[in-house]
Amino acid sequence: MNKLKKIAQYRLFLPILCLILVLLVNLITTPDFFAISVRDGMLYGYIIDVINRASELVILAVGMTLMVAASGGTDISVGAVMAVTAAVTCNVLSGGQQAVTEYSNPYILGALAGIAVAAICGCFNGFLVAKLKIQPMIATLILFTAGRGIAQLITKGQITYVRVDHYKILGSSIKGLPLPVPFFVAVLVVIIAMLILKKTALGLYIESVGINPKASRLVGLKSSKIIFLVYLFGGIMAGIAGLVASSRIYSADANNIGLNMELDAILAVALGGNSLGGGKFSLMGSVIGAYTIQALTTTLYAMHVSSDQVPVYKAIVVVIIVSLQSPQLKKWLNKVKLSKKAVNGKEVA
Amino acid sequence: MKKKVLSVALSAAMVASLAATMNVQAEEDLIVVGYAQVGAESDWRTANTESFKSTFTEENGYKLIFDDAQQKQENQIKAIRSFIQQDVDYIVVAPVVETGWETVLEEAKEAGIPVILSDRQMQVTDDSLYECWVGGNFIKEGEDAGNWLAKYLEDQGRGDEEINIVTIQGTIGASAQVGRTEGVGNIVKEHENWKMLDMQSGEFTQAKGQEVMESFLKSYDDIDVVICENDNEAFGAIDAIKAAGKTCGPDGDIIVISFDAVKAAFESMIAGDLNATFECNPLHGPRVAEIIQKLEAGEEVEKIQYVDESYFDTSMDLEAIMAERAY
Repeated sequence: MNKLKKIAQYRLFLPILCLILVLLVNLITTPDFFAISVRDGMLYGYIIDVINRASELVILAVGMTLMVAASGGTDISVGAVMAVTAAVTCNVLSGGQQAVTEYSNPYILGALAGIAVAAICGCFNGFLVAKLKIQPMIATLILFTAGRGIAQLITKGQITYVRVDHYKILGSSIKGLPLPVPFFVAVLVVIIAMLILKKTALGLYIESVGINPKASRLVGLKSSKIIFLVYLFGGIMAGIAGLVASSRIYSADANNIGLNMELDAILAVALGGNSLGGGKFSLMGSVIGAYTIQALTTTLYAMHVSSDQVPVYKAIVVVIIVSLQSPQLKKWLNKVKLSKKAVNGKEVA
Repeated sequence: MKKKVLSVALSAAMVASLAATMNVQAEEDLIVVGYAQVGAESDWRTANTESFKSTFTEENGYKLIFDDAQQKQENQIKAIRSFIQQDVDYIVVAPVVETGWETVLEEAKEAGIPVILSDRQMQVTDDSLYECWVGGNFIKEGEDAGNWLAKYLEDQGRGDEEINIVTIQGTIGASAQVGRTEGVGNIVKEHENWKMLDMQSGEFTQAKGQEVMESFLKSYDDIDVVICENDNEAFGAIDAIKAAGKTCGPDGDIIVISFDAVKAAFESMIAGDLNATFECNPLHGPRVAEIIQKLEAGEEVEKIQYVDESYFDTSMDLEAIMAERAY
């Protein structure tokens, strides 16, 4: 009993429970959801789809968690930054043409240019939030609205195709690797972020700045610098996610790459049991949250829910998950439990 | 001397004004058409604009005043008001949204200028506010696709076989999605051996189309046909089919049909991945000109007018067609 209680108090208990609950539904409705077979040396199955398709969201959620933790606000521009990155990369690789079957410039140049532009976007957001002290949502609203316009401008309003097999690798698979490449990119990003946060004091700094920036400054932490760095990091994460998303469709579709992804990323952070008010955070929680969101989408596909009803089911599940994790609900439940105990106690007496 | 100069100047002015009136008269012979376009949003829209510009030329007896509304309704309303002030003969509008047009259309009606709608419809309480609507017929596009499939299967000797179909729908609620789903559904109903296994939205994007097709392939072992409600979804579906180790196109396991007929769809058909694509014709200009000529002659016109639409499949000389197409 005590052990159970200890597990229940473990920080990631609720996010993991939610993910398991979503997956359990499949055990009843789609028994072969968990079946994994091998095709052409690749693992094949619904579960593989979940971990493949969630990759961009996981990468975004890593950045979003830190931005939420440090500034107590959300970056709503990440989806648009993904589109800008894709536009820059594809246009460098295509040499400005609308469709190419050969690189005009080396891949590494295109990828670096894309990431660099994403980093500049991150710096811009960071400058507005950290130096000018603009509310994060308002500050990032600028790129949220302007980003896709910039991407359109770069692609001249067309979809730029880079039909080169090498370009497709990041979003598909390599012979010999049993899992899709995006999964490994996501894992790599999470590991690097974890190492930076655990091996340096940065994680602690971010939490302290998020809880009280003034107090942190008084003890000698440069709050604004830390917030700036976190937004820069968030921009780079959006850039990497943009590269993966663009590689999947070997093109830059300025209107649709990363569309509404910022909302899913924020949701992933919330599902991970993180407070959107900043402060203490759990990176793993957000990662689990991201997989939960994708598991839900794939589940609804597998259950053949008709497409006009999908948003309703999603909303119901999200409401349940979020309220399960609400501290207010927990308090209220405890109260009910206590009063019940009190009643029981009287009866015994 | 002074008088002489004055008279010369006066007569010069008279000649000039005479020339001006003659010029006006020459212009009055032209039919002045104001076109309030949505803006430049896609290749389709660009081709649509070009079609108007190349139809309503001075050689053809028209003067076109073109306005690009940059996707804003208020800009279109402004444009219509300025057309009324300039007293044009006809107003053509490709509305950005369906609602909120009553006031400005009434102004046009009071000024006695007929309004013709292009592409998207308007929801107005009194439909005498506009003369007619010209656009694509999404239901017919869907039915055409269904009929094409019937004939294609017949030619392959599979006319009586059990055919399993899945549909990757567009963004739910978009008029293209609603019409195409209904049109295809009408033909599926006519064939008892056809079975629509599943429909999911791919939101008109390649990435979502791929994701939905991945899921379909896992749910159903025996898919014969996939219908994608735009070309981009088809590109995603084709990638998913290949990743699952299956083949598609004329020589493959799965027949892929899509709509819109953008340039990349031709490339995909030439590569042997896509079977057929059904066009959403942007060339509205000639049909609008026809209507205006009828109105000029005092004839009645039909309220709803569809533009001619065609399809393309791998049996055609696609390279040649692609070279000719403007979009």
